[in-house]
Amino acid sequence: MTFGGLTALDALDLDVAGGEILGLIGPNGSGKTTFFNVLTGLYRPRAGRVEFAGRDITGLAAQKVFRAGIARTFQRSRLCLPLTVFDNLMIGNHVRLQRHLAFNVLRRGALRREFDANVEASRALVATFNRRLATRLFDAASALDMIDRRRVEICRALVSAPRLLLLDEPSAGMTHGETRELMDDLLQVRAARAELTIVIIEHEMNVIERMTERCVVLNYGEKIAEGPFHAVAADPRVQEAYFGQATA
Amino acid sequence: MRRVAATDRRARSVSASGLVAVVVGIAACGAWLWAFLATDRVWLVAALLVVAAIAFVLVPRVDAVGAYRDAFARHRRVAVALSALAVLGVGVALYDQPYPLLMLCTVLLFIVPCIGLTIQTGYAGIVNFAGAAFFGTGAYTAAVLASRHVPHLAGIVAGGVVAALVGSLLILPMLRTRGYYAALVTIAFGILFSTFLEVNNALGGPQGLKLPGIDLVGWKFNRDVAVGGERASFYVNYVVLSLALALAAFVFARRVERSWVGLAFDAVRLDETAAAAFGIDIARAKILAFTLGNFLCGIAGAVYSMMQGFIAPNNFTFGESLILVSIVILGGLGNPLGLVPAALVIVVVPQKLQFIQEYRFLLYGVLVILVVLFRPEGLLPRRAREYFAGTLR
Repeated sequence: MTFGGLTALDALDLDVAGGEILGLIGPNGSGKTTFFNVLTGLYRPRAGRVEFAGRDITGLAAQKVFRAGIARTFQRSRLCLPLTVFDNLMIGNHVRLQRHLAFNVLRRGALRREFDANVEASRALVATFNRRLATRLFDAASALDMIDRRRVEICRALVSAPRLLLLDEPSAGMTHGETRELMDDLLQVRAARAELTIVIIEHEMNVIERMTERCVVLNYGEKIAEGPFHAVAADPRVQEAYFGQATA
Repeated sequence: MRRVAATDRRARSVSASGLVAVVVGIAACGAWLWAFLATDRVWLVAALLVVAAIAFVLVPRVDAVGAYRDAFARHRRVAVALSALAVLGVGVALYDQPYPLLMLCTVLLFIVPCIGLTIQTGYAGIVNFAGAAFFGTGAYTAAVLASRHVPHLAGIVAGGVVAALVGSLLILPMLRTRGYYAALVTIAFGILFSTFLEVNNALGGPQGLKLPGIDLVGWKFNRDVAVGGERASFYVNYVVLSLALALAAFVFARRVERSWVGLAFDAVRLDETAAAAFGIDIARAKILAFTLGNFLCGIAGAVYSMMQGFIAPNNFTFGESLILVSIVILGGLGNPLGLVPAALVIVVVPQKLQFIQEYRFLLYGVLVILVVLFRPEGLLPRRAREYFAGTLR
């Protein structure tokens, strides 16, 4: 993947097993988000191959990647702030809703049943994150504080029951306490859905240490290390990437 | 047990008082509308406008309004039906005054294309500066078909269909551009449209075309209505038809908004990248919104042209498109209800206050600037989506 003359993502061989939680770390500009964007079809790679659940999804449109079962969050919040929490969740669930105009305009009774079922399901999903937030389903997303917005974003990615969840820096813009709270929530959700595979991009090393069994380190678009967090953190190449070369 | 009954009774009495509030509110608006349309005294027009302005400034600041608005939300079907009845009542009350009736029809028929623009711009975020061109497409379609003796009902529907089809010519450039550039595409199309009409002799050129009055399966619209010795102006017919059209368009737009389709439109407007990442088909949403909006413009244009009896290219210029956009912005982007007061201000005020007629574009410009500066969400701002009455809690 290149932008102009810059190669943002080069040699990255990465296998994620089903049900795994994988950490993706690396200094700013090392290509982590670009990797997500290539995976989810927002960028089209010049070379390389993306395979998901035995299917080649290289270069598919974002819509098709999502339908294949890959959902994501964004580093900078991309909630629709003027809309309600419920509306935001339903954007995440839209592929599973009735989309025909005639159904939506004429069959209001059937729409009502679909609506009620989705309100119940949304409330249940949000409640696994936070009981208090479940009572605010019809508040505007703009009325929520940072951590609740992040919760809603993660719920929006989870509501369609994806097989792979990509979290792009879930701790960005939050305090340590909030981050810890959010990780508790995530692990709780995870406990209920053991088959869910998660890839987390993070700068917050506590998160990686606590959440992941394995992590991959990127630098200048290349994988420089791979393994359990403690092994990777001790790797001299990783330390060099983060802290620079020690002057002799 | 007894407590449950008491709560029940209280809930019912709250509901009943809410219903009374809805009836009183709509009756007051109806009376205001009647006075506003009937009078030709400048001081009375000015006084009525001041009353309305005070209402719009004060109402959002009064605590009781929240409860009042809830009452409307709870009884929304009743409110829509009563409002339609009120407008019909105003039409009947003005039965022997053709000019106010014509204005009422014009307002109603301008609301319809503005509802179309609301679906396009307010919901899906497609800015359309060629509303008058699609309105005109419907008008010219109706004119041509009427001259070929096609039944008028078919001609009116065809007006909407042809407008939607002509709009599909723009879909490709619209999908490839965003924001300002998409708006420029529509501006170019709007100017092209009126220029095309000017130079095209088959469609009457600059002189335009004449149209017959509507004849819907034997119901001749241009004949005065005689009821028990009283003669009512033939415009009463057009009030009924325009009201039916405006009501249908309003209910349709509301249902679109309060559905998964409206949600997809919002998602596309607010963040295309996020919408795509969640599997929403952006092109499909845009094409749907654009087509629906143009259809509404075309249908209203067909009825309007037959009511006027005469159309010419300068009825459908870029300036007219700007009038439609002004109504949408003034009313509150995305709220079809706001179009009612906005259309009254934009359409009727220059007619009532003849001395500003020449400066009306100046007035519109100033109004839009004032709205953008001081009330960017318009006279009646859009509220959160309430899929069904009472679900927003």
